[in-house]
Amino acid sequence: MKQDSTARIIEDVVRQEWGRVLSILVSYTRDMELAEDVMQEALIAALQHWGPRGIPESPRAWLLQTARRKAIDRLRRDANFSRKRAEYELLLSLEQQAGLNDTENHMDQDIPDERLRLIFTCCHPALSEGARIALTLRTLGGLTTEEIARAFLVSEGTMAQRLVRAKKKIKLANIPYDIPGPELLAERVQSVFSVIYLIYNEGYAVTSGDTLTRADLCTEAIRLARLLVRLMPDVAEAAGLLSLLLLHDSRRTERTDDQGMFIALIDQDRSRWDRDQIIEGVKILKAALVMGPPGPYQIQAAISAVHAEAESHEATNWHEIALLYEKLFEYQPTSIVQLNAAVALSFAQGPEKGLEMLSEIVCDGTLDDYQPFHAALADLYRRVGNKQKASAAYEQAISLSNNVAEKEFLEKRLQEMAR
Amino acid sequence: MQYLLLIYSAEGSGPVYETPEFGKLMEGYMAMTEEAKQNNVFEGGNALQAVETATSVRVRNGKTETIDGPFAETKEQLGGYYLMNCKDLDEALYYASKIPTAEFGTIEVRPVWEL
Repeated sequence: MKQDSTARIIEDVVRQEWGRVLSILVSYTRDMELAEDVMQEALIAALQHWGPRGIPESPRAWLLQTARRKAIDRLRRDANFSRKRAEYELLLSLEQQAGLNDTENHMDQDIPDERLRLIFTCCHPALSEGARIALTLRTLGGLTTEEIARAFLVSEGTMAQRLVRAKKKIKLANIPYDIPGPELLAERVQSVFSVIYLIYNEGYAVTSGDTLTRADLCTEAIRLARLLVRLMPDVAEAAGLLSLLLLHDSRRTERTDDQGMFIALIDQDRSRWDRDQIIEGVKILKAALVMGPPGPYQIQAAISAVHAEAESHEATNWHEIALLYEKLFEYQPTSIVQLNAAVALSFAQGPEKGLEMLSEIVCDGTLDDYQPFHAALADLYRRVGNKQKASAAYEQAISLSNNVAEKEFLEKRLQEMAR
Repeated sequence: MQYLLLIYSAEGSGPVYETPEFGKLMEGYMAMTEEAKQNNVFEGGNALQAVETATSVRVRNGKTETIDGPFAETKEQLGGYYLMNCKDLDEALYYASKIPTAEFGTIEVRPVWEL
């Protein structure tokens, strides 16, 4: 019993410290693979020592020091190392640092935070999107390869290979372990945002997979977004992203029923949305908005906030939502954003206005196979009383739907049109 | 660390020889080469003759086969290269993006295997 709880405490500590310690090990060794290996060895040592002797005063310093010693052992053992000048130099500097730290009693707060460098390396655009996501979860989130594989529905072997390949490329192509300079920062930070957002969406989408693991991905994405806000307090969009994720997450459990069926926003039980997350999300958004003109994540968070604060579908400030979608269109000029703007406009100013706006998108044809477009069109025709056009759009929407509950709903509406 | 920047483009996708656009392209090449030299990054680089002049060689069972044409018949062809000594991939990517052909072709950046 006692051992169980110790193991759990160790697990918690490790989870908190993993990214923190690993990022420093990478900056010492300049080798992600080596850093991860020795970190793993340090964890095994922690499990052996902390149980009987208790958790050290500074687990971070303990883990770092142990891992560093393991790295030194490894480099010494390496048969080829005498031929490699760079590795020899690395060993010397590691030994110096280790010697330095033995004489002083280092505490957690003395250890620098290098995680931002690690984030930018893991989210480097020279890596594939899948690799960026996996690497970020592995190195910063401390998820195991098996956990990541399960969340993305691939075998552990496949995921392990993806991680190894990515780490190899970082090393051989010399992808920098650094925060990009001012000329690159704006572009690179977008890649970081998108990795975190994709991790969240992977958990949010209810398409398939183990639901528990998927909820973990949402939690992990929020944790990463929080970390990013702490590391980049001047970047308003980082706060925008965190706010957006919190507001999305406040509705996550209400998006599906007991059978896992999707529930549309209009039919959700608003009293069961997570109030704490809404309050926090709105507070973060407000603080971000005063920092300057809002970027796309802040705008999307604002849209989500208007929904979150509305007492009902009818009481929603649709006028504001329509304006926010128009603003979002400046950053994301896509038909999907236009579609959302048109739907919001229809609730603010009537279905005729919405149809008027939609007719522009109909002409360009990019949404022909996009199911929500036909469903929205059908609803607008129903609301203006054009049964014939509504029926045609419902049929189209039904044929494109792959969700049983949604299909049933649309078929019910289609039958109403025949009356 | 050395990187090879391989310049690929489809035939006819770039500006035509002896037009003002072609002059601009050349100026762009000169400017970026100069920048790389100033920063001690430039190690070498050349444009290549068209693929029609390529010859491929392979030795099978001790017998040399000589074939007219490039290794692979692709739409985008290798037209030139730079060898750059950069501090990291970001610096190599910076120079790759400065190569004028990047605006209509593709630059492949490959780290050189260091022994």
